[in-house]
Amino acid sequence: MSSPVIRVENLSKLYRLGEVSTGTISHDLNRWWHRLLGKEDPYAKIGQVNDLTRKVAKPKQDGVANPAFSDSALSKEYVWALKDVNFEVRQGEVLGIIGRNGAGKSTLLKILSRVTAPTKGGIKVKGRIASLLEVGTGFHPELTGRENVYLYGAILGMRRHEITKRMDAIVDFSGCAAYLDTPVKRYSSGMYVRLAFSVAAHLSCDVLIVDEVLAVGDAGFQRTCIEKMEDCATSQGTTVLVVSHNLQVISALCNRSIVLENGCLEYEGLTNNGILFYNDRVLSSLAARNWSAEADSSPGDHRLRLLRVRCQSAAGEAIGLCPTHLPLNVEMEIRIEVESPTLRVGFCLHDSSGAIAFASYHDDGEGRLIPLGCGRHLLSCTIPSGVLNGGHYWISPRISSGIKDWIVCLDRLVSFETILTHIEPPNALYPSGSAKRPGVSAPLLVWSA
Amino acid sequence: MPAELDESWDLLIQPKSGWFDLHLADLWRYRDLLWMFVIRDFVAVYKQTILGPIWFFIQPLLTTLTFTIIFSGVAKISTDGLPPLLFYLAGTTPWNYFATCLNKTSTTFKDNANLFGKVYFPRLITPLSIVVSTLIQFVIQFATLVIALLWYLFQGADIHPNWGGILVGTPLLILMMGGLGLGFGIVISSLTTKYRDLAFLITFGVQLAMYATPVVYPLSTVPEKYRLWLELNPMTGVIEAFRTIYLGAGSFSWPLLGYSAAVTAGVLFMGIIIFNRVEKTFMDTV
Repeated sequence: MSSPVIRVENLSKLYRLGEVSTGTISHDLNRWWHRLLGKEDPYAKIGQVNDLTRKVAKPKQDGVANPAFSDSALSKEYVWALKDVNFEVRQGEVLGIIGRNGAGKSTLLKILSRVTAPTKGGIKVKGRIASLLEVGTGFHPELTGRENVYLYGAILGMRRHEITKRMDAIVDFSGCAAYLDTPVKRYSSGMYVRLAFSVAAHLSCDVLIVDEVLAVGDAGFQRTCIEKMEDCATSQGTTVLVVSHNLQVISALCNRSIVLENGCLEYEGLTNNGILFYNDRVLSSLAARNWSAEADSSPGDHRLRLLRVRCQSAAGEAIGLCPTHLPLNVEMEIRIEVESPTLRVGFCLHDSSGAIAFASYHDDGEGRLIPLGCGRHLLSCTIPSGVLNGGHYWISPRISSGIKDWIVCLDRLVSFETILTHIEPPNALYPSGSAKRPGVSAPLLVWSA
Repeated sequence: MPAELDESWDLLIQPKSGWFDLHLADLWRYRDLLWMFVIRDFVAVYKQTILGPIWFFIQPLLTTLTFTIIFSGVAKISTDGLPPLLFYLAGTTPWNYFATCLNKTSTTFKDNANLFGKVYFPRLITPLSIVVSTLIQFVIQFATLVIALLWYLFQGADIHPNWGGILVGTPLLILMMGGLGLGFGIVISSLTTKYRDLAFLITFGVQLAMYATPVVYPLSTVPEKYRLWLELNPMTGVIEAFRTIYLGAGSFSWPLLGYSAAVTAGVLFMGIIIFNRVEKTFMDTV
């Protein structure tokens, strides 16, 4: 078994919320005074675990002092973006880092790439780290492509002669040979990214850190990036750490993953289990909205109220992650107060870029109109297997009474992830296996010859 | 895990390192980056101008002409018996270098927040590259001074340059000007990441500081009661020494120059330490 190249030990990072400029001098002096007396940082112990969904607690609740906050009213100003995170990465491993927005993924990467320092704990690293938190930072628009290759390479820590030696390979990979002596301000954004990624891809390093880089560029370029990263890990023994919201990419690239939630490490292990864990803990909560308890404030008006929207599997379990070889049910519960013969209940499905994949209504199709009377109704729509692409989808409920008379028109209410599983097992042409197809959907069509 | 494996880590990322853990070896490893930054700064500024670096030449010349008219022609301030044009050129050339270094390095963190937030490299490379690229501006202004000096000598003016002093002193004085500008600049840039107030102070502060330095008047004309205060300014010794070796007149004294050298070393040392402290976490406060 290969030896660990990164060891993260009790890594914690404290952030201050709100305005940074007010009161910092007094806080600094206070902190300094405590350190002088050999005491613990007075602001570190009262920070709470990072949880974006929880409202900042009040010092007093129902007239009783809240014990968690009796220390100081200041506690709400500090937050642990990372709290006691421990894990190890071995040489040649491709590790996926999963978590929702604000879970601490970027903070972890920032500390790993030495952009900021941890508050407590530390990281031990063997070898040279190269981090791509953003492709092309440091490119200067006035300089030519060639000059920028040297500049960006130097920023990433390469020596001049190393760059000269690899110039041809870099230019070949980018496909920008003809524009090499043109200032990059004249480049299209695609060329810009290609050139920048090419420099980064030819960096000799032992550990490569990539953050959402794949979100840029077209599908073809994304595939090139993924293949290059796989190549780094398999043939050169480079250790790769990937952060992405795109579970498709994570599952295709990484054999092991960690899941971060509210700054804590919640899971470490095989990617497949990690994704299931992430689904259970996080995605399923994003895949449903429920207003049953507060029916009067739920979306809608005096004619109709939307009580619940939920994505579920054929077995009726709430799911936020759906393999595309299985059908997915979208369930909507409504309460009709005023009957209307022109009522239409349905939803739009958006992909992650915001494009509408399709819209569907309950009275679609000849003779399939379902008349709805007053009272509660549970409507269920099945998106059959073999239709959706891999990626992230949003559901926007649409309920109208006649043309343009919207009762409910909510954009991107619930979301779910899909993994493309219905196309084909990995083959020689697509070694990444379940890589995404171009387009908002990937319908399984019938071919004959 | 066996103990001997624990020793083999190449890099430790920790909350805070010691005050004197300056990573100077890292700085040396990134020396090519310093050079690339210098090229970038130089090329980027003049790429779409017609006159290019000639602007470096026009600006001090116009300043010197203005000074000659106002301070010598109108206000009749003494120039130690030197031709006013030469006197002001020999003052503004070193002062401009110092002031430009200070002004530009004092916004290091603010100007590079985007870059610093995405990639790691020794942050000190950035202010160092500014000091080096400003040297190009200095050389052009310096050439102006030398041409003017030769012209006056050719005309038979009463100037006595100390050629030996020029040879030995010039590089030393340049180091001191750059060192002072860099030192003060990085202290200020480090402090402004948290306390923005200093940024306002610095823009007009540098302009005012010129009048607290013998740039437009010689130290010899300063009344006794202000003299000590003026001598506390580390640039006073540098500018007087510069004038003495090039024009052969000025209030040069070894203690004054020694004091300037000591301040340069002190400020630079302190600046590097503070800068090093701040660079690790400035992303959280800037």
